[in-house]
Amino acid sequence: MSDITQDDVGYVAPAENAEQDLYHPKSWITKYVFCQDAKVIAIQYASTAIAIGLVALVLSWLMRLQLGFPDSFSFIEPADYYQFITAHGMIMVVYLLTALFLGGFGNYMIPLMVGARDMAFPYVNMVSYWVYLTAVLVLIASFFVPGGPTGAGWTLYPPQAILSGTPGSDGGIILMLVSLALFIVGFTMGGLNYVVTVLQSRTRGMTLMRMPLTIWGIFTATVLALLAFPALFVGAIMMLLDRILGTSFFMPSIVELGEHLSYSGGSPILFQHLFWFFGHPEVYIVALPAFGIVSDLIAVHSRRHIFGYRMMVWAIVIIGALSFVVWAHHMYVSGMNPYFGFFFATTTLIIAIPTALKVYNWTLTLWKGNIRLNTPMLFAIGFIVTFLNGGITGLFLGNVAIDVPLSDTMFVVAHFHMVMGVAPMLVVFGAIYHWYPLITGKMYSEALGKFHFWVTFLGAYLIYFPMHYLGFVGVPRRYFELGDTQIFTESVGQLNAFISIMTFIVGFAQIVFFYNMFRSYIVGKKSEMNPWGAASLEWMTPEMPPGHGNWGKSLPLVYRWAYDYGVPGARDDFIPQNMAPKDVPMEKKARKSTRKRKS
Amino acid sequence: MAKTATGAKALQPGMAGFAGDWSSDQRAFKNVHWGKAMMWIFLLSDTFIFSCFLLSYMTVRWSTTVPWPNPSEVFGLSVGGVEVPLLLIAIMTFILISSSGTMAMAVNYGYRKNRKVTTYLILLTALFGASFVGMQAFEWSKLIHEGVRPWSNPFGAPQFGSAFFMITGFHGFHVSIGVIFLLIVARKVWRGDYDRGDRGYFTTMKGGYEHVETMGLYWHFVDLVWVFIFAFFYLW
Ligand code: HEM
Ligand SMILES: [Cu+2]
Repeated sequence: MSDITQDDVGYVAPAENAEQDLYHPKSWITKYVFCQDAKVIAIQYASTAIAIGLVALVLSWLMRLQLGFPDSFSFIEPADYYQFITAHGMIMVVYLLTALFLGGFGNYMIPLMVGARDMAFPYVNMVSYWVYLTAVLVLIASFFVPGGPTGAGWTLYPPQAILSGTPGSDGGIILMLVSLALFIVGFTMGGLNYVVTVLQSRTRGMTLMRMPLTIWGIFTATVLALLAFPALFVGAIMMLLDRILGTSFFMPSIVELGEHLSYSGGSPILFQHLFWFFGHPEVYIVALPAFGIVSDLIAVHSRRHIFGYRMMVWAIVIIGALSFVVWAHHMYVSGMNPYFGFFFATTTLIIAIPTALKVYNWTLTLWKGNIRLNTPMLFAIGFIVTFLNGGITGLFLGNVAIDVPLSDTMFVVAHFHMVMGVAPMLVVFGAIYHWYPLITGKMYSEALGKFHFWVTFLGAYLIYFPMHYLGFVGVPRRYFELGDTQIFTESVGQLNAFISIMTFIVGFAQIVFFYNMFRSYIVGKKSEMNPWGAASLEWMTPEMPPGHGNWGKSLPLVYRWAYDYGVPGARDDFIPQNMAPKDVPMEKKARKSTRKRKS
Repeated sequence: MAKTATGAKALQPGMAGFAGDWSSDQRAFKNVHWGKAMMWIFLLSDTFIFSCFLLSYMTVRWSTTVPWPNPSEVFGLSVGGVEVPLLLIAIMTFILISSSGTMAMAVNYGYRKNRKVTTYLILLTALFGASFVGMQAFEWSKLIHEGVRPWSNPFGAPQFGSAFFMITGFHGFHVSIGVIFLLIVARKVWRGDYDRGDRGYFTTMKGGYEHVETMGLYWHFVDLVWVFIFAFFYLW
């Protein structure tokens, strides 16, 4: 470390980062299993997350079987249904999306996009994955203990979560809480890495305001996670104590089956506060990386610089900050003081401003762009539409008077699936297609990719749009069956059956995606370097896929932001971040100068 | 803006320097070792954990229907027949705060590359830490003898025991981890690992005396947290 800072990069050679100290694996085990290379860890994280995500997908099918065709599947008991719903929700939100965006994309993209050789603490990074895997295994183990996994709903509200009437209140809930605590420990190790790497190990010339928005999204989401997960951690520990030692943190005095339990004096609402203090930031932990990635996909595939880069960065940061002061909008029906409801409704609606700003900027980026409608771009556009749709229903739910009747109906289910289920998954797919050539060196099949997009996108709308309607007519969520409830017409049942059929179609269509990925990996044609003509740093490695240490002999030197597309005067329609102004190839009849972008 | 021959800028004080650092390349915290940056961020996260614990304790203290025991009586010791309120806690607090002092000195001697004194100071810190944990164990066993359990206690609200064991337990766990790491760091300083920049056994990363400072950050944090626990649990 020296006392000087290097800023004017025009004439300074790139410096190696003195603190970066690569670990070179000596055996197969340290190279592929206990590997410290962020790229391998990323793939481990992503495969584990996707594998457990597939479990959650199957669980959702089972739920849909029951909802669509009640009384036809005798192997689904009410208790099973609640266990499926709980495991499905928890896996999708925490073990799939959080792990995939931060552990998967974060690990792969952060070092490459900021020009580092690896994460700041490769060893801790490696341990992070193994703790995450343990958390996943503990979660799976809960399916096999007596009583099965917990059926408390993914929100795990006490008192019911630990009372004997709830399925899985023996071992299931204990393993669930232990698994969450482990996940948080593992995530913290990884998260510290991501934050320190972004803050402290960028390459020369890479200022914060030159980072691609992907990194801004992942970085801010990680900070959110580091501050939000503690609340869940504390909640999990206290609930474990309530369940195992019989303390009464969350348990009021309760009569169960005519018997007065030994609990008394605890506060169930306390858990809700802790849970949602984590839970609402959590939705942005998933959304912000998606925002970031989608910005980059749109810029690259419409050959335009992202509109309003600075605004986009600040919007991400402001959304992140605001997301800590809105949590109680999930508790409007929990018996809160109306003044609190007023406060939280206001803050909730304020978040819509920076969010809307982002949507406008994406649209303006597309405007007059040279749009290439390839698979990643289709997914990116699909995201914008879906997110907008989910965001608008969010505005409804944010108002107390509208939320009270809609709360706990299918409308809420439709809202959060649109906004944090479908939308981020579309980004995940788009991002996988976009970076597939970088990660594997091969090109995927565009035709299969487009097919996958249309089935997934249209299918998702056919599944979730009708749910809004079901919610309006009052169909409650988390009900095993509706029975002969008078208020529901026959069409409700028909709609449910239709949704269930669509679920199967969309679910099975994902096979196309996996087939495409595996087939292209083996027989796909070799991708050229930087096939999309992207300007950001991850495509500038000497080898593709990037080798150990990413950058070969010396670190890249960054001269510009990541969005120099279609710069007037330049010969190509993009200028790589690490190309010096004097090396930029000019148009033949060159006008005097390139428009030089500052930062 | 002072520029050197290679076009590099010198560090500046004040707001301008702050803005300059954050808008510069490579690192946002100039001259801050990675490990130290990581420790600060970890501590921020840990602050949220302890805040949640303390807020939860306050909430259950308010939600429970049974009166809260009087801490100065529960935590009193009788010395020669005289009841002294909070005696043990006072001693524990004093010891822990002193250990922060020795830790700060250790960091200072570390940067002066004074191996011997640094080692002794770290060991002394670890000793203070260990005796804190020891006294806490004594306090726990005393309360357990008096019938305090996590789920009930003879003095009043059951949440008293629950919160007590949970919060002091979690803090004591932090102190114990700290003591273990202090011993490891002391050994490394003693062997001269930090003078030679030896690689860690697990992490294979080169070590330097910054690690003593990073360790110190953790230790001061644990100490600071205790002050809050002391204030909110024992004095209130
Ligand atoms: C302007 C934007 C948004 C607003 C105003 C908003 C508002 C709300 C409100 C008020 C609820 C509670 C509904 C109820 O339980 O009665 C809710 C539920 C939910 N929202 Fe949003 N939301 C927004 C964006 C998002 C985003 C971006 C995500 C995820 C990426 C998300 C995920 C969820 C989830 C998962 C739930 C359901 C939680 C549960 O009760 O199980 N929301 N939203
Ligand atoms: Cu929310």
